Amino acid sequence: MARIIVVTSGKGGVGKTTTSAAFATGLALAGHKTVVIDFDVGLRNLDLIMGCERRVVYDFVNVINGEANLNQALIKDKRVDNLCILPASQTRDKEALTQEGVGRVLEELAKDFDYIVCDSPAGIERGALMAAYYADDAIVVTNPEVSSVRDSDRIIGILSSKTRRAERGEEPVTVKLLITRYAPGRVQKGEMLSVNDVQEILAIDLLGVIPESKAVLQASNQGQPVILDTASDAGQAYQDAVARYLGEERPHRFLTEKKGFLGRLFGS
Amino acid sequence: MSFLDYFRQKKSTAAVAKERLQIIVARERATRGGPDYLPQLQEELLLVIRKYVHVDPDAVKIQLDKEGDCEILELNVTLPESSGRAS
Repeated sequence: MARIIVVTSGKGGVGKTTTSAAFATGLALAGHKTVVIDFDVGLRNLDLIMGCERRVVYDFVNVINGEANLNQALIKDKRVDNLCILPASQTRDKEALTQEGVGRVLEELAKDFDYIVCDSPAGIERGALMAAYYADDAIVVTNPEVSSVRDSDRIIGILSSKTRRAERGEEPVTVKLLITRYAPGRVQKGEMLSVNDVQEILAIDLLGVIPESKAVLQASNQGQPVILDTASDAGQAYQDAVARYLGEERPHRFLTEKKGFLGRLFGS
Repeated sequence: MSFLDYFRQKKSTAAVAKERLQIIVARERATRGGPDYLPQLQEELLLVIRKYVHVDPDAVKIQLDKEGDCEILELNVTLPESSGRAS
């Protein structure tokens, strides 16, 4: 049975799509058959981050409406085996995502894949609710910044009340925290919430910390999930997060900034 | 802690952010999951109570608890010590 993972955050621009792309790629690299679905109907972007924007023919909504079958809409990744992308529709509005339709597509995907990664749109409207509804696990992407943390808390509340697992009274969705755009130097100066601060407020397990990194923009420029940039700090941090998700224990890296003697003395 | 930190006694902005978040998140969690009419119900109940007794807005607490299939609406009014009639 496939595991359904929703990547969500409430707030926009914190790194959901970057994370969805990196995480799905990481799971596929670990040998698991993985599909990543863009739930942001009307504002599709996962295809660009995955670098397959020119290969989109049919989309998620086409499949829900029966205008195309899954095999026609799924795009096989050219770099990584076991990885497929299901793009969102550009033209239709979010009401096209019906609970029944989404459930049907997920059920069909579950026959062929080990992991289904759902890239949620921002907000708490229909698209976000549908991305979360069938989830077994949730990755809450949070920036160390007040509005992002507050919105994450709202989303954590929704995950515990508005998902299928919650409605059926089953074991709750496993919710994990992924902090992105972390700047250790600024944390040390008292300019940014620390990992411990965010974790203390949200009170959920920490999956990983992705440092603020030039590699993320460079990866998206090229349509290449940042996890494939194995030399970069962000790429390595995502690898660690995927390994942890799969049950491996790994220490958190990139939580401190390396400083020279003078830097330590003057704390600049 | 660096040498210069001894001269930077002001509270860091990160500490301010944490404090603000702790307060707002606690407040939002308290009202989460309740029906939408709960805040208005609280306000109207307060108006009725204040017609008879002088109470502080904060002295009225409304809580909705779930026990199995049963939902319990709990209304707590702390009356002032000299709980005489409003004149």
